[in-house]
Amino acid sequence: MLLSLIQKSKSIMGIGENAIPASPSSPSTVPPLPNDLQSSSDKSPSSMEAHGTTQSEHKEFQELIYDYIRSIKDPEKPATLEDLHVVYEEGVQVKGVTADNVKIVRIEFNPTVPHCSLATLIGLCIRVQLERTVAHTNPFKLDIYIKKGTHNTEEEINKQINDKERIAAAMENPNLRKIVEDCIQDDD
Amino acid sequence: MSSENPAMPTLKLVQVLTGHRGRVWNISWHPEGNLLTSCGEDKIIRIWGTEGGVEGKWVVKTSLTDGHERTIREVTWSPCGNYLASASFDATTAIWDKKSGQFECNATLEGHENEVKSVSWAKSGQLMATCSRDKTVWVWEVAEEDEYECAAVLNAHTQDVKKVIWHPNDELLASASYDNTIKMFREDPADQEWTCVATLSSHTSTVWSIAFNKTGTRLASCSDDGTVKIWQVYLPGNQEGIATPDGTPVWKCVSTIAGMHSRCVYDVAWCHQTGLIATASADDVVRIFQESLDSDPNQPNFDLVASSSTNGHKQDVNCVAWHPTVAGLLASCSDDGEIRLWKFLEGTS
Repeated sequence: MLLSLIQKSKSIMGIGENAIPASPSSPSTVPPLPNDLQSSSDKSPSSMEAHGTTQSEHKEFQELIYDYIRSIKDPEKPATLEDLHVVYEEGVQVKGVTADNVKIVRIEFNPTVPHCSLATLIGLCIRVQLERTVAHTNPFKLDIYIKKGTHNTEEEINKQINDKERIAAAMENPNLRKIVEDCIQDDD
Repeated sequence: MSSENPAMPTLKLVQVLTGHRGRVWNISWHPEGNLLTSCGEDKIIRIWGTEGGVEGKWVVKTSLTDGHERTIREVTWSPCGNYLASASFDATTAIWDKKSGQFECNATLEGHENEVKSVSWAKSGQLMATCSRDKTVWVWEVAEEDEYECAAVLNAHTQDVKKVIWHPNDELLASASYDNTIKMFREDPADQEWTCVATLSSHTSTVWSIAFNKTGTRLASCSDDGTVKIWQVYLPGNQEGIATPDGTPVWKCVSTIAGMHSRCVYDVAWCHQTGLIATASADDVVRIFQESLDSDPNQPNFDLVASSSTNGHKQDVNCVAWHPTVAGLLASCSDDGEIRLWKFLEGTS
């Protein structure tokens, strides 16, 4: 089981075109956004001007994002990424905003073992989960990185999980898609 | 100067074209400029046209829905305007034509192991090129009607190849890659073998796209490193005294546009009428650059003259394309599912 998972995870880099027919994927259940955040884009510009408001808004956004990634299941263990300390609250940071006031978010995660081949898969799960939830109503820029010094092919993985074309193609691969769907599926 | 021109150069929004579901990856003008083609995540090729010239309202004329099983990454017209090629994540490239009266796929190029990222026709229309995440660039010969033969499989890149384009007047092929380099290929007349004749290294991350200027003496490249670079060719015996080992032309980086894009630059387009350079960036902005009139041709400066600061895309901009005949008319497409038409206005000052 582990071996097959690793092979499938590697296939993000060289997407294994194992010809398993695509099963009709069930739409994943997306928890609704808290009401106060849904309306955040409607805030009057004046309320954004105060520096303190921006700070607390960023903090609120970090918490919202963390809420969506903490419950992602580890691809190989029966535990969540939070349980395994792969993701942690201080790893989610709003680094700033673009000219159009779009938030730039950096997420750092810590793969459990240095040679963990599942790192790319975890990165993929985090990105897809956030694209489908928060980004759906409140677009933001996302950069995902492995915690420095925790992985022996750090740069290679960082480059890959931030290449949106590879992410898009990976999600059209039925095998990978199934694994990601299972990891981000909401049990509630 | 026309009365619509403001004092400063401006990028004016002309129209927003909606209809695609999800990310729009690529747009391409028909060589005559009367049609615009778009494609993306929804696997549909849309062909847009107007009633009454390019100034009219652009609407969908045709939707091609049954060509590909996965994302369509790029669409491009043949130089004669009779064929349309589409490259897909389903590992195939489809060739469409209208011989039967409506657009039909009459040839499918197969051979790449996985996603085809880009497809390009040489000016003669007799050669094509495709590239893929499988790290290869393929050269295709148009043999007979609806017959395409693989002329070469080029393994020069060490990673995913993102883009292929042909030189505007020559059978010189350029490719951009995830390996941070640009490579150029041509057929050796001695043995008819396609070989790599130049490797352009300077970018520090993925090179997403490249574009030649009108004469093909310069190439613009854009990258995940946030920069745009301008490369210039130096031929054997050049006045500047740039060495050309083995009598092979040398491409040298003569300018770097840095600090202008806050995120990845996905596309660059060089207008063959005005010389303006347009960029598409992950910071949601379309930007226009112009060469300074007084700059040294061997160290040119490019100034940011306009950008889509208002009425812009809401998400990453993936592609920009200058209209082939109407100077200043530009199309862009985005992850926000929309296509925008812009008019660059010179400014009177």
